[in-house]
Amino acid sequence: MIPEVGHFALILALCVGIVQGTLPILGAAKGNLAWMRVARPAARSQFLLISLACACLAYAFAAKDFSVLYVAANANSQLPLPYRLAAVWGAHEGSLLLWTFILTAWMVAVTIFSRHLPEAMRARILAVMGLVSVGFLSFLLSVSNPFERLIPAATDGRDLNPLLQDPGMVLHPPMLYMGYVGFSVAFAFAIAALLGGNLDSSWARWSRPWTTVAWCFLTVGIALGSGWAYYELGWGGWWFWDPVENASFMPWLAGTALIHSLAVTDKRGSFKVWTVLLAIMTFSLSLLGTFLVRSGVLTSVHAFATDPKRGLFILAFLTLVVGGSLLLYAWRAPRVGLGGGFSLVSRESLLLANNVLLVVAMGSVLLGTLYPLILDALGLGKISVGPPYFDAVFVPLMTPAVFLMGIGPIARWKKAELPELGIRVRWAFGISLATALLLPLVLGKWTPLIGLGLLLATWIATTALTNLRERLTRLPGESVFSRLTSLPRSYWGMMLAHGGVAIFIVGVTLVKGYEVEQDVRMNIGETTTIGGYTFRFDGAQEVRGPNYMAARGTFHVSKNGQEVARLFPEKRLYTVQNQTMTEAAIDSGIFRDLYVSLGEQLEGGAWSVRLYHKPFVDWIWGGCLVMALGGAVAIADRRYRFARREEHQGVSAASQAAGQKVA
Amino acid sequence: MKRFLLPLITFLLLVGFLAVGLRLDPREVPSPLVGKSAPEFSLPQLHEPEKVFSPKDAAGKVWLLNVWASWCGGCKDEHPLLMQLAQGGEVPIYGMDYKDRPEEARAWLRQWGNPYRVTAVDETGRVGIDYGVYGVPETYVIDRSGAIRYKQIGPLTEEVVTRTILPLVKELQDK
Repeated sequence: MIPEVGHFALILALCVGIVQGTLPILGAAKGNLAWMRVARPAARSQFLLISLACACLAYAFAAKDFSVLYVAANANSQLPLPYRLAAVWGAHEGSLLLWTFILTAWMVAVTIFSRHLPEAMRARILAVMGLVSVGFLSFLLSVSNPFERLIPAATDGRDLNPLLQDPGMVLHPPMLYMGYVGFSVAFAFAIAALLGGNLDSSWARWSRPWTTVAWCFLTVGIALGSGWAYYELGWGGWWFWDPVENASFMPWLAGTALIHSLAVTDKRGSFKVWTVLLAIMTFSLSLLGTFLVRSGVLTSVHAFATDPKRGLFILAFLTLVVGGSLLLYAWRAPRVGLGGGFSLVSRESLLLANNVLLVVAMGSVLLGTLYPLILDALGLGKISVGPPYFDAVFVPLMTPAVFLMGIGPIARWKKAELPELGIRVRWAFGISLATALLLPLVLGKWTPLIGLGLLLATWIATTALTNLRERLTRLPGESVFSRLTSLPRSYWGMMLAHGGVAIFIVGVTLVKGYEVEQDVRMNIGETTTIGGYTFRFDGAQEVRGPNYMAARGTFHVSKNGQEVARLFPEKRLYTVQNQTMTEAAIDSGIFRDLYVSLGEQLEGGAWSVRLYHKPFVDWIWGGCLVMALGGAVAIADRRYRFARREEHQGVSAASQAAGQKVA
Repeated sequence: MKRFLLPLITFLLLVGFLAVGLRLDPREVPSPLVGKSAPEFSLPQLHEPEKVFSPKDAAGKVWLLNVWASWCGGCKDEHPLLMQLAQGGEVPIYGMDYKDRPEEARAWLRQWGNPYRVTAVDETGRVGIDYGVYGVPETYVIDRSGAIRYKQIGPLTEEVVTRTILPLVKELQDK
């Protein structure tokens, strides 16, 4: 009964979505205020209906209702309750439901935080989002129904994929989707502005916080996924250039470009056409990512069930949404005027160059991801494109981008002078170069890549300090502290986000340059030393988990005779799906991770073991979190709140006037 | 107007490829190498780098050459099949580790099992060019005289192994 309620709620939500996607747009075109006002209650009721559907599915999992096909396929009576609830989004149908749920949650957020927007703009935004949700709801109801019954019911379920039975994996999809779907807001803003023909700097100002929030979530989501791969796949890597990872990375790159381009449009009125194209592109890539992951056109280590009907549906939807918006773009964009001009050397042109680099990087990831598919479509065979390609393309593209990241915030808007810029950053460059040349020697080994990585990271840090010092000397005020606090939050947000990139680069560089890895056969009581740490293996015991059997090894790690850590890596056999999983044991630290994973059991209680000493590896994820934090600080800036209040007063006066006219 | 249509045109091209990609599943692609003798090479062995492996070492046998890499998702897919084949013992399998870091390749084999008699290391992908490797994984069936008889591009499947490769191996062995 409960699953049918959920099913029915989905159908109702689809009906509401159809109304929300059509009436307000028509109303905005005709100036019919009553039709426009349908958008807000429709969005909110859609949210309630989808929440109800999610609750119903969660209930089916909690109650172990194996007469629901999706529950039977992704849970088991032995699976602990938290994982049963997480299994709601553990596979195709449920993760689409989560997608739709998050979309409606963003809609509600728009209804709450858009009081300052003109009625027509808000109506169009919500209608565009409503249309997107219609697409996803029809997908759910036609070929991906999570409430489909299994009659007769299964006696027990097939269990959740053991790879997903992990706290990191529980949080990863919702975070990622918050990002993916969050870009739908920026997309809806862009489409609404194209429809209304009011593509101006206020449009950019309104979109900025939404884009930044979505970007923060996506950043955290990607970092979580990468961290999960690091400790769960058991071979110490943190990024594999797998199609599924690329699918999340492409919108991130485009979104990063969008954030910067929006800043220019907001402050200087330039790049309007480019910004609107980026907004469309970013969300299109989120949709494309969903298509790639869900249709099974690409081979990936993330095995998902594939069904050609589903692929066809998403492709048709993708064509409609992206094709439609690009058509609208081609029709409307030529009429958008150019913004303020700028010279060849200026903050605008530096940001534009950075934008181009980011988009080219995105394009190269897209090419690498789709190349196997294109070859296949042309009948040239099935292949994998792997890290050799991506590493070769990515470093040369990101190096100038990071270099520009240092100069951009220092350069003047509109017109800057190259020689003057050079003088201002000469110290920063000198220090970076010295660090790049000397620090690796202290650390023990110099290679060109280590040098380059340290050069870029130090460059970001030193140019940021240069920037801060210049801002402070220009500001009035007595004490340094009062001047520091008078700097706007958006400025600090930018500094933090850029600092996060520096931290990330340090992590990548040092772990790639100095990690030590050893595969050894270890008998009980034997020791192995890597990176100054001595690992002693004290044998492995059988342990029973709720739904798995495991061999748990015990390792004592010591440095200079002092015990540093005890590690318990596991090799688990999940009995229902008969799948073995490697559960690595990690002792994390700011400056290094010690990582142990069990390989195969050998005769006489010995095991093959992988040991790693990974210096600064946590800086990779730390950097991502700092980037996201930077975004969060930037949207807390006062200018958004002030602007909101002012516009609110202006708009409410205007809408009163409009209301009188209607009455 | 025209330049504003560019994004749309690019996108429609992409959709075309995606649409074709959706319906495609042909894994059998004729290779110009089939029927010719396998290109000669001499590469260090993965587990004993001081020794080399060359197709001559397997001369007189019918054997499989499997090109793989630890970074390749498709290789993970076909790996259980290779393990089964190796256990069955009908045909010896030799590996070629393509554009990979040897320590990662060794770890990969330790983790998932090693189906190969010997693995040769083609770290730069030089030999891969001679073989016309599009990408990994690829599998070659090579006969007693050292000629390539079949080439599988992409992961092996249960069907390819039982319907094509094993009968072909049997036929070549009986010759």
